[in-house]
Amino acid sequence: MALEDSLKGFAVTFRTMLKKPETIGYPERKTPVFPRFRGRHRLWLHDNGLEKCVGCSLCVAACPADCIRVVAEENTPEHRVSPGERYARIYEINMARCIFCGYCELACPFDAITLENEYEMSERTRGDLIYDKEMLLAPHPKPVPVRSEVP
Amino acid sequence: MDEAFLVILIKAVVVVFVLITAFAYTLLWERKLIGRFQARYGPNRTGPVGYMQPLADVVKLIFKEDFVPQGANRVLFQLAPMISVVAAVTAVAVIPFGGSIDLWGHNVELVGADLNIGVLFLFALSGLGFYGLILGGWASGNKYSLLGAARTAAQLVSYEVAMGLSVIGVVLMAQSLSLVDIVNAQADTAWYVVFQPLAFVIFVIAAVAETNRAPFDLPEAESELVGGYHTEYGGLKFAMFFLAEYVSMIIISAFGATLFLGGFSGPLLPGWLWLAIKVAGLLFLFIWLRATLPRLRYDRLMKFGWKVLLPLATLNLVVTAVVVALGFAN
Repeated sequence: MALEDSLKGFAVTFRTMLKKPETIGYPERKTPVFPRFRGRHRLWLHDNGLEKCVGCSLCVAACPADCIRVVAEENTPEHRVSPGERYARIYEINMARCIFCGYCELACPFDAITLENEYEMSERTRGDLIYDKEMLLAPHPKPVPVRSEVP
Repeated sequence: MDEAFLVILIKAVVVVFVLITAFAYTLLWERKLIGRFQARYGPNRTGPVGYMQPLADVVKLIFKEDFVPQGANRVLFQLAPMISVVAAVTAVAVIPFGGSIDLWGHNVELVGADLNIGVLFLFALSGLGFYGLILGGWASGNKYSLLGAARTAAQLVSYEVAMGLSVIGVVLMAQSLSLVDIVNAQADTAWYVVFQPLAFVIFVIAAVAETNRAPFDLPEAESELVGGYHTEYGGLKFAMFFLAEYVSMIIISAFGATLFLGGFSGPLLPGWLWLAIKVAGLLFLFIWLRATLPRLRYDRLMKFGWKVLLPLATLNLVVTAVVVALGFAN
């Protein structure tokens, strides 16, 4: 009785050995992420080239990890960056502090900031992890495969 | 010495080299096979298919700090792993890899030393190996190491008895303790596993217990006693204990293959290749056991050795002795 169960156990391990392993060979192959995966942030532009972000700092207020820094500046007629009264002159996110909760995305009334699906953000120094506005406006250098919601 | 000293020296060097390489790749293949049993790959990044992994491990261990803990007995602490390694590696001297071959006019026996007490020599060496364990546990200056060493020694002694009794059946049938004679006797009749299936099973179980492998590895289980007798060892000394454990596993598989599975005899392929195949088969069995079975609790382990294996081995011995004495074994 116990012997029979043990022998069935041996059959299980033997059969597992003959099947292909479940491991996904990172970094050559990556697990596809779901569409609402919270990865690196991205700032967006309107179709006419103006930035959506008006420097209201609601994302700063919402952030639980206190990692966003916004310094706003008035839009002048010569130098208009956003469609509102102000724009964000300095917009920095400290990726070392960010917990990727997505509250900044939920708080933004203009859909200026969203969390995309890039997660490979290793750097060699802590200073390199402070992302400024230019980096956040740019698209992802290395896209991550996305899977559909329906499995 | 009917063979030239130079021949013996070259044989010794070749055999030890082959043994160390076999140890390294047994280590790799154990990790890969256990990975496959667990639906994952084993090491596959260091070199193609992970073949440089043993080199990476050895280099890492060599570069670690060589220390002796305060409160440890310096001399014995450093001596203990060496004793284990010597006892394990010396055993390969009596394992026959083939019959005699003719190399450049010299008649070379493919065995280090065809002792006429080969089987007894192997058991004596495992007895010496116990010293390595116990000294390692005591000389560490750590009560948990000492307890682990004591448990290990008790387990090994118990299963050694059952293993010895199971082997005597084979010795009775072959009428000799020399391993070469046992292989030749099997070439004449069938493999001894056919005549002594119970002895084979007892031998394999006792072998798993002798080498402290799962499911009998409680004395060195990480979660129970940290590391048992090798807790305080690091770097090269730990590598030596590790080497001794895996080499004794290879040696015991070779011993089992020689005693029960016909050793180097077999059609078509050269003898050493047959032996390698049989040893690989037994090693696969060891690894399969480790991947499948949970650990036995120490008191159950001891009860199993004394109350189940020993009576069965004795029974096997008595039946074999009666059959041989009545002349049915020819």
